[in-house]
Amino acid sequence: MLKLLKYLKPYILLILLLLGLTYAQVMASLALPDYMAKIVNEGIVNQDQALIWRTGLTMILVTLGGALATVIAGYLSAKIGTGFSKNLRKVVFKKVESFSTEEFNNFSTASLITRSTNDIQQVQMVVIILFRMVLSAPIMGIGAVIKANNMAPSMTWIMGVAVVVLLTMIIVLFVVAVPKFKLVQELIDKLNLVTRQNLTGLKVIKAFNTEDYEKDKFDNVNKDLTKINLFVHRIMVIMQPTMMLVFNLTTIAIIWIGAHRINVGELQIGDMMAFMQYAMQVIISFLMISIIFILLPRASVSAQRISEVLEASLHILDPKKPKKAMGQGQVVFKNVTFSYPDADVPVLYNISFTAKPGETTAIIGGTGSGKSTIVNLIPRFFDVTSGEVLIDGVNVKDIKKKDLRRRIGYIPQKGVLFSGTIKSNIKYGKPTATEHEVLEAARVAQATEFISKLENGYDSHVAQGGSNFSGGQKQRLAIARAILLNPDIYIFDDSFSALDFETDYKLREELKTITKNSTVIIVAQRIGTMLHADKIVVLDNGRIVGVGKHKELLKNCEIYREIANSQLSEKELEYE
Amino acid sequence: MSSREKTNTTRRGPGFGGHRGMMRGGEKPKDFKKTMKRLIEYLSPYKKSVIVVIIFAIVSTVFTILGPRILGNITNQIADDYVNIVVYEQIVDNLPQGITLPKGTTGDDILKMVPPEMISEVPQNRLDKIKNVDFSQKPHIQFDVIGKTILLLIGLYLVSGLFSYLQGWIMSGVTQKISYDLRKKILNKIHRLPLKYFDNQTHGEVLSRITNDVDTVGQTLNQGMTQMITSVITILGILVMMLSINWLLTLVAVVVLPISFVFISFIVKKSQKLFKRQQDTLADINGYVEEIYAGHNIVKAFNGEKRALKKFNSINEDLHDSAWKSQFLSGLLFPIMDIVGNVAYVAIAVLGGWLAINNKLMIGDIQAFIQYMRQFTQPITQVANITNVLQSTAAAAERIFEFLEEQEEVEDIKNPVVLEAVKGDVEFDNVKFGYEPDQVVIKDFSVKVKAGQQIAIVGPTGAGKTTLVNLLMRFYDVDSGVIKIDGIDIRDMKREDIRKMFGMVLQDTWLFNGTIKENIDYGNPNKSESEIIQATKNAHVDYFIHSLPEGYDTIINEEADNISQGEKQLLTIARAMLDNPPMLILDEATSSVDTRTEILIQKAMEKLMKGRTTFVIAHRLSTIKRADLILVIDKGDIVEKGKHDELLKKNGFYASLYNSQFKES
Repeated sequence: MLKLLKYLKPYILLILLLLGLTYAQVMASLALPDYMAKIVNEGIVNQDQALIWRTGLTMILVTLGGALATVIAGYLSAKIGTGFSKNLRKVVFKKVESFSTEEFNNFSTASLITRSTNDIQQVQMVVIILFRMVLSAPIMGIGAVIKANNMAPSMTWIMGVAVVVLLTMIIVLFVVAVPKFKLVQELIDKLNLVTRQNLTGLKVIKAFNTEDYEKDKFDNVNKDLTKINLFVHRIMVIMQPTMMLVFNLTTIAIIWIGAHRINVGELQIGDMMAFMQYAMQVIISFLMISIIFILLPRASVSAQRISEVLEASLHILDPKKPKKAMGQGQVVFKNVTFSYPDADVPVLYNISFTAKPGETTAIIGGTGSGKSTIVNLIPRFFDVTSGEVLIDGVNVKDIKKKDLRRRIGYIPQKGVLFSGTIKSNIKYGKPTATEHEVLEAARVAQATEFISKLENGYDSHVAQGGSNFSGGQKQRLAIARAILLNPDIYIFDDSFSALDFETDYKLREELKTITKNSTVIIVAQRIGTMLHADKIVVLDNGRIVGVGKHKELLKNCEIYREIANSQLSEKELEYE
Repeated sequence: MSSREKTNTTRRGPGFGGHRGMMRGGEKPKDFKKTMKRLIEYLSPYKKSVIVVIIFAIVSTVFTILGPRILGNITNQIADDYVNIVVYEQIVDNLPQGITLPKGTTGDDILKMVPPEMISEVPQNRLDKIKNVDFSQKPHIQFDVIGKTILLLIGLYLVSGLFSYLQGWIMSGVTQKISYDLRKKILNKIHRLPLKYFDNQTHGEVLSRITNDVDTVGQTLNQGMTQMITSVITILGILVMMLSINWLLTLVAVVVLPISFVFISFIVKKSQKLFKRQQDTLADINGYVEEIYAGHNIVKAFNGEKRALKKFNSINEDLHDSAWKSQFLSGLLFPIMDIVGNVAYVAIAVLGGWLAINNKLMIGDIQAFIQYMRQFTQPITQVANITNVLQSTAAAAERIFEFLEEQEEVEDIKNPVVLEAVKGDVEFDNVKFGYEPDQVVIKDFSVKVKAGQQIAIVGPTGAGKTTLVNLLMRFYDVDSGVIKIDGIDIRDMKREDIRKMFGMVLQDTWLFNGTIKENIDYGNPNKSESEIIQATKNAHVDYFIHSLPEGYDTIINEEADNISQGEKQLLTIARAMLDNPPMLILDEATSSVDTRTEILIQKAMEKLMKGRTTFVIAHRLSTIKRADLILVIDKGDIVEKGKHDELLKKNGFYASLYNSQFKES
């Protein structure tokens, strides 16, 4: 939590002003019982009407002054709190955008999203509450104690006892209840889980006739949840009546003891009445302060998670002395080994191969064989652990990331789109592209047909994440997006998987002309996709086990043959 | 998916909910009365407890309300005695030296000795007091009287606290039982609904009923009812008390409060709008963050960081704008109530003082009145808010009831046919079916399958291949025509019995959070260890299980992602092996399985199919070619059927589908 405080720095003046206003506001409400005491002691007892009216007027002025201070303070705390979270959100987003895939994966997408949204909201809420309520509490508490103490020092201890009793009660309740709150949350999650599994497995459950088993399972969690909920609720209902009791008994104690002081002439009646009100203010202030201790742990978890993002160090940086890589985009892997940080076993061992311009290089292998990792090293989503990746003879680490990526057309397995229009998506890598370029890219990517069927054509709306388009359509738009860049290097990371055979074929026909002079690297699962590649790299468990053309590999690469056999029958292998 | 659902279910923390609920502005139910009536019906089994709760609440509230008044009387007593002391001291101090008053001298006696012109300067009420004072000894505060009253007061407070606690204790019991019951009913309902229902419902919606909606209803039942009772009684009680003290002061209080009401309702209305806007912008920014993070690699690959940041900043500014406004306005609520309260306080102090001087009011009454005034605002805001709470509760309850009232699956017939030994002949006879009445998915479909045959169902995705499977398992019923197993209409059998005849292995593997063993003997918990091992061996997954640190007792985690897709598939095959059904339904895995596992899966499936009537949703050519019958489906229609070679010769849809795979590129 403390680490985030530096983002409050721009507001330091406003915070000071806020403090001043809070002070004024507290002083105003503290002054009221004083004046009331005056009315009682001097006005009523001495039968002085003029004094009562005079004091009343002062009270109104004080109240209005306090009100003004309160409103401005409220304005300031809202401004500061939300401004703080705005800045924080901005800094976090910027930081995440500067992450490489490696740092990104350390957190996982879902967790980063929560950190950038929910966690910041949590912190904002606490900051605002802090400013609005908790800031005034200590001032109010201390002020009231001083005032009360001046009036009747011999009775101050009553407030002390009341506060101690109340706080003890709260602490005990929370010590008992807080672990149970966590348990309740866990059980709710569990209930959710069981229900979700029931929903997703509805067919299987019906097929195996295990409804009763599932109902029992649910019932157990449901019973546990009910039991623990009951316990927590019954603990928490103690709070309200006991609090009231403490308040009331405090008042009684003040009256009883106050009466004795009055009897011996040490106290005036009006002062006793004012004392009662101060006592209430003191107790309420301490209750407010205790809220901090409930809120802070929750917020500090969020703050901690935000700090982790902000403090994460970046590994993939631009070179200090960038070099320019001139050429047609030849990609060379030289003894590349790669392992994820903290992993014992490398994902790639000693990989060396060359992908030449004008040629298609295909990479094949089972899941987990490391084929996607290979292509991720080219645009520096990750950096090699040892060895080099060279583009036109220059190590990718020596090229500015921006320049490097400008030369690469990367098409991921899942066609990722952004909200906007079809046009804005195709133009994503080059916002200055002309109408003609967009149309041409769409044509090559076989996207023209379905786009033309849309009501608004290229201006059709794309929903968040492209959810209003099918997998195949998204993939084609992702391909168009890369084509428009006219890159030297194409990377297809299993990008044809969602296309039907017909489209797949036409697309590859068109790509042939477009990519004539480019380096094309294809990662694929389907052997059909790579039968005619100029070079096939076969991977198994992170090692290259074969390089060559389809027919050569069939002859001399065991693993390749295994893969081919599982996908094509003998006859089809010949048919080809 | 799962992480989305998790963030959607808002985490409720302990206590201190504050006033946020009031600001949000709830959704409205369609039929408030009907829903409330049903909700009250749920309370009727607990009638006795509820009556006790109501009585306890009333007693506890009334006792609390009496407090300040009695306290005020004590103060009055003190004030009275105090004034006597003051008077005594004034007079005794002014007596000439050496003179002592004889025993039994009263104020009356003294006043007689005072010249009348002096008396006329003293106010009448002060004179009355002096008359009754016994000047022979110094008066003192009457602690015996006060002490008794205080004891009474302590008694009242204790009883009130106890009743209030008991009331809460009983009510939480009732509401927890009702919540438990509702959750149970919802889950049971899930299993009684036809699968069709879930075609148009996301899992999130159903989940939010079982957690959020039940929670909302429980909260209101727990606090809402007693809160309403105590609030109303408090308001009435305080009014009575105030009137009994002084009508003029009461008038001031009653006039001041509506002013605060005007402010409050203005703020609530305004800030509800702002909160809505803030909520919407928040959703925008969350959506944008989600999108950009999900496309992180693409943003990087296409150098889009700066643009992403720019758009983010503009949404962020929007959010800030609505956020500070709504925070500011909603934050004003309490201060304004405070201010109005303070104004009333001043008015009462001044007016009370004036009244006291004129002997129409006593000091203790002012004190009591101020206390009542302070207690007045809270129940009033609560009552004002109760409509909101009731509305959103009714909306939640309505969603639950609607769900519970959804049309259930047609019941099994009364005297079902039970097949002793299943051979596995399956016949579709003129079957017609559509998920929606106006969209026929399968029209006039007839086919006879002999026991032990293999049927491949082929076609592009979304063609409706799974529909046939759904009909066969009676997840859905045909619109017209008949499906027969061993010559008997499946509608004449119990659903349970039909489903026992089939084993299912779906591409969408379903494993649950539990041990591997539990997942395999799912539905057959009585199988022996050796049978399980035999099944896993046949499914080629035995080796994999042994490679796990805990073997068969390895726990599959909540997201079922601690084992790979292929291994999951093998486990579900083992599950079907153990089940040993006469017929099979298979959905072949298409992608994301590494080649070696794929070979294992294929082998396992072949073993499983041997000698059983099998329906395969096929993607692999080897499976298709060996099939006894291929059904080619496109756009919900069966376009071709026959064997592989026949269909190729026909040179139709199947042939083009088949050939397109091997075109040169």
